[in-house]
Amino acid sequence: MGFSDFFKKKGTGSIAKDRLKLVLVSDRAGCSPEIMEQIKNDIIAVISKYIEIDLEGLDIKITQMESESNNGSVPALFANIPIKDLKSPKK
Amino acid sequence: MGEVIVVTSGKGGVGKTTTTANVGTGLAMLDKKVVLIDTDIGLRNLDVIMGLENRIVYNLVDVIEGTCRIRNALIKDKRYPNLYLLPSAQTRDKNAVTPEQMRKLADELRDEFDYIIMDCPAGIEQGFKNAIAGADRALVVTTPEVSAVRDADRIIGLLEANEMKQTHLIVNRIRMDMVKRGDMMSSDDVCEILAIDLIGIVPDDESIVISANQGEPLVGNESLAGRAYLNICKRILGEEVPFLDLDEKQSIFGKLFGRRKK
Repeated sequence: MGFSDFFKKKGTGSIAKDRLKLVLVSDRAGCSPEIMEQIKNDIIAVISKYIEIDLEGLDIKITQMESESNNGSVPALFANIPIKDLKSPKK
Repeated sequence: MGEVIVVTSGKGGVGKTTTTANVGTGLAMLDKKVVLIDTDIGLRNLDVIMGLENRIVYNLVDVIEGTCRIRNALIKDKRYPNLYLLPSAQTRDKNAVTPEQMRKLADELRDEFDYIIMDCPAGIEQGFKNAIAGADRALVVTTPEVSAVRDADRIIGLLEANEMKQTHLIVNRIRMDMVKRGDMMSSDDVCEILAIDLIGIVPDDESIVISANQGEPLVGNESLAGRAYLNICKRILGEEVPFLDLDEKQSIFGKLFGRRKK
């Protein structure tokens, strides 16, 4: 859970709601944890060619986002990839 | 021409059978001719909730296999002139019946009954497919718990894939004290997550247990649950009934209804 949850109302009811929203997005997308793991590994492989990233802090998930064009929320791939060091072209 | 309604949930133990018994009995109280069908083959329960377990002679599988005629298997509930039960078989398994046979049975009952209500087994396998086969409308029962809501979402997806014409949500076992202190999702929360129309909110009520002990549906009595079920019946008949104020002081449900009307 991100720091934004800190400001939300307390109580386990809202925790339940947030967890449900996340689990239902991946349920509905039919995206299995195995596929998510593959996507994650591929993203790491590509980005690591250019940037040194913090694998510990890496977070990739499917989530809901407000759509800009049509009102309502759409599923989105969310990736939070902390950068350790920008690699110099020659290393 | 009667309407076929399936009561389903995905997860077990959320109150499908109790809902079937009370909605069916309530519709009969409102002068509709109703037959309840227990489609949970091998785990029959609706008969005991209805208090009709001692009167079973034939069952659903007997009717499907042609061992007896439909009218011989129907148990007439003596408390209500318009209410009948078709019990499930206890000694057979779900594969004894096919969706096509269930659809045919439902269609045969349409001529004689206003409402044919199917009590669906838990799960998404054969029993579920049998129960939804002939249905025009689905009532999805859930409780405000993550596991039940997740399963309800799956069921709603499957109902859509099977081109169910109408799907409505019943949020069961709401505890207002817990909702108020933020430790339970409200019916509003559940409804928002599942994104289907709400047709009923039933509080967690001791009188449900007492009614099940006695084998007498509580719909229509003075308990909050009894009133909530009768309201669901009225909404099924197309009446606009405001949601019960389960918490007089804060009126969360009044707020919910106000929002839904916008």
